[in-house]
Amino acid sequence: MHLLHILKALFMAVMLMTAIAANAEIPRPEVVEAEGKCVEPTDVMRRNHMEFILHQRDETVHEGIRTSKHSFKQCISCHAVKDDQGEYVKVDDSKHFCVTCHEYAAVNIDCFQCHADTPRSTDKHELRVNE
Amino acid sequence: MNKSTMKNNDALVDKKRRAILGGTTAAIAGMAIAPGIFLTETAQARPVDQPVSSKTRWGILINTNNCNDCNDCVTACQNENGWGAGSSDEKNSRPDQKAQWIRTVKVTNKETGYAKTLPMMCQHCESPPCVDVCPTGASFKREDGIVLVDKHICIGCRYCMMACPYKARSFIHEKLTDQLSYAPRGIGTVESCTMCVHRVDNGENPACVDACSDSMIFGDLNDPDSNISRELAKHGGTQIRADLRLNPGVRYQGLNV
Amino acid sequence: MKKIYFSEISGNSLGYLAIIAGLGLLVALGFGAFLYMEHNGHWVTGMNNEIVWGLPHVFAVFLIVAASGALNVASISSVFSKTAYKPLARLSGLLSLALLAGGLAVLVLDLGRPDRLIVAMTYYNFKSIFAWNIYLYTGFFVIVIIYLWMMMERKMNGFTKAAGTTAFIWRLALTTGTGSIFGFIVARQLYDSAIYAPLFIVMSFSFGLAIFILVLMATYGGTGRPLGDAILFRLKNLLGVFIAAVLLMVTIFYLTDLYGTEHHDAVAFILNGDNIYTKLFWVVQIILGSLAPLALLYNPVTGTSRAWIAIASILVIIGGLAQLYVILIGGQAFPLVLFPGMEVSSSFADGVVASYSPSLPEFLLGLGGVAIALIIVALAMKVLQFAPNSLADADVDPHYKAAS
Repeated sequence: MHLLHILKALFMAVMLMTAIAANAEIPRPEVVEAEGKCVEPTDVMRRNHMEFILHQRDETVHEGIRTSKHSFKQCISCHAVKDDQGEYVKVDDSKHFCVTCHEYAAVNIDCFQCHADTPRSTDKHELRVNE
Repeated sequence: MNKSTMKNNDALVDKKRRAILGGTTAAIAGMAIAPGIFLTETAQARPVDQPVSSKTRWGILINTNNCNDCNDCVTACQNENGWGAGSSDEKNSRPDQKAQWIRTVKVTNKETGYAKTLPMMCQHCESPPCVDVCPTGASFKREDGIVLVDKHICIGCRYCMMACPYKARSFIHEKLTDQLSYAPRGIGTVESCTMCVHRVDNGENPACVDACSDSMIFGDLNDPDSNISRELAKHGGTQIRADLRLNPGVRYQGLNV
Repeated sequence: MKKIYFSEISGNSLGYLAIIAGLGLLVALGFGAFLYMEHNGHWVTGMNNEIVWGLPHVFAVFLIVAASGALNVASISSVFSKTAYKPLARLSGLLSLALLAGGLAVLVLDLGRPDRLIVAMTYYNFKSIFAWNIYLYTGFFVIVIIYLWMMMERKMNGFTKAAGTTAFIWRLALTTGTGSIFGFIVARQLYDSAIYAPLFIVMSFSFGLAIFILVLMATYGGTGRPLGDAILFRLKNLLGVFIAAVLLMVTIFYLTDLYGTEHHDAVAFILNGDNIYTKLFWVVQIILGSLAPLALLYNPVTGTSRAWIAIASILVIIGGLAQLYVILIGGQAFPLVLFPGMEVSSSFADGVVASYSPSLPEFLLGLGGVAIALIIVALAMKVLQFAPNSLADADVDPHYKAAS
């Protein structure tokens, strides 16, 4: 009985130390803040950005609704991160806005398999701002 | 720019053809002289927060009598949508694997030797076979008649490519990194001409139409007063593979091979 | 007829282990090929914008078609109450499930976005025969598993006929759905025909039975259990009937297309073209895959020899693969007709016969699917009681009379 208690305590100690050590090793993501105010409050965005993106994409693709508030392209143009050379970082770079958190949370995103991951200065059109 | 190249190719153009269709050419030339006519009708685009409706049906009318295979329409599309020469992507794909949204097709009558060229892209059918066969509904027709691929739900099965009578669709065979923000395109999905839906929603013409405004008209087929409808009512237009009864929104004039 | 006893195969021999190891290697290679294609994109394959479905689809469609046909033997026993086939019903059900699993694996793994399988299972466009097929294929799994359960659990045996009839109707719908993938395509000269549904149904009879015969002979030869002539000869005669039925459908298809002038170019392309499809059609599909097996199976000398029956079955399979290659690849290679009777050319392969060279990853993926099917059968027989202890004439032939 006594032995079992010792073993249990030892086990828990090891787990606790591993947890502390693990936490100490994984750095929090360094999110580069964009300028200006986001279209939603930060905590709302953190939890629900996926819903906004999914909802907007269906409206845009199927119904042609291109409001700027939840426009994916607008998100990119505000949140684009530049590297030391002044070039926008692409999605293969860990400093990319979306990648910083998604890499930390280990949640795979496939948006940028199709979507441009940087604002394109070669785009000839400006999105019409929502009246 | 088309008019000047036409002058250079004068000798090659069938004079008889020009005489018969002089009326059509004049009508279209007249339109080009007053560019305001084009822009006014499509500039009244609907507000961005309003969904598209079937009251409108977008169509393109192409006069092939003026087509001299200059490929301006192709180049414009490439630059607008970021494929082919308009992109640094698709380096690994073989030529038969590279995407092609629009191409010029040369039709020759073997018996008479008469030939015509025409631009060929997604015909935006009213009853698109590609929409019928798509298992997930990714290939769909928007209410205003534009046929698109919703690449969020495309699983890349390529059944739509089998089903399209016009070979309008392309499959992306490798990873892309150089996409334009108005034209998302990605590995493992199928794509085709979008009728520049991002431009249309912004009150503009498709890029190919603007590149060849002498010979291409874009407009609302459901509006009897639009340029395209009036031109079709006056001088007619044909559909490619009309026998399939798909009622494409892309119409042609001058296909008399 | 005497009571049939089923038992697991022992699966202890070196030969069995070698088979499992070999099949396992093929499965691993197939999976590796899939990873290679998915990671790099389809540019590493021979497929392109003209030939969008290649060798993997030839294998996949073959396996799926054979799967529904492999259930035939069970259907004959349950639905048509032929007692001679009853002992074989369990193995028939197992084989059909295994072949379908292999075929579907190849089909899914060749998708441009196989990570979106969940999308395929949650978003449906019911005008598409593909969408119906998703239900037909998954439903087939459920129904055949229930059918096997009814057969294998004694107190459920009363429901065998009901389950078997359901399975029979379902597999006809499934094969109709598979054939209609091509039959419903209006765009292409070599598709767009109602005959694809019945053609695929008779093809399934033929391919499924050929594979069943080979699996039966391999299992009983390998385990040393007796396999009597009575049952084997019934099966081989049936195979001959099915081969003839396929020949009939193929003849009707091409004859009908030959009648209408608009299809002449397309038919000439397959039957009399200067290309691989004509060679595959005549040499492999017709001569090797249909006429030779027919002759072998009905000739009194070769038709009673186990070796020749096995060879005939293998020839049917090879002919079937060639037939599907001609249908799938040949059908895509023939150019679309935008302007009937006119010559067309462009930068996008208009008016020209599309070319296709199968690549190694495609072949390995297809082979991997075959290996998945066979390894499922081999492992399942060791775990559950699929195979009768004896298929000797004395035990299973309903007309057996002991030599006096």
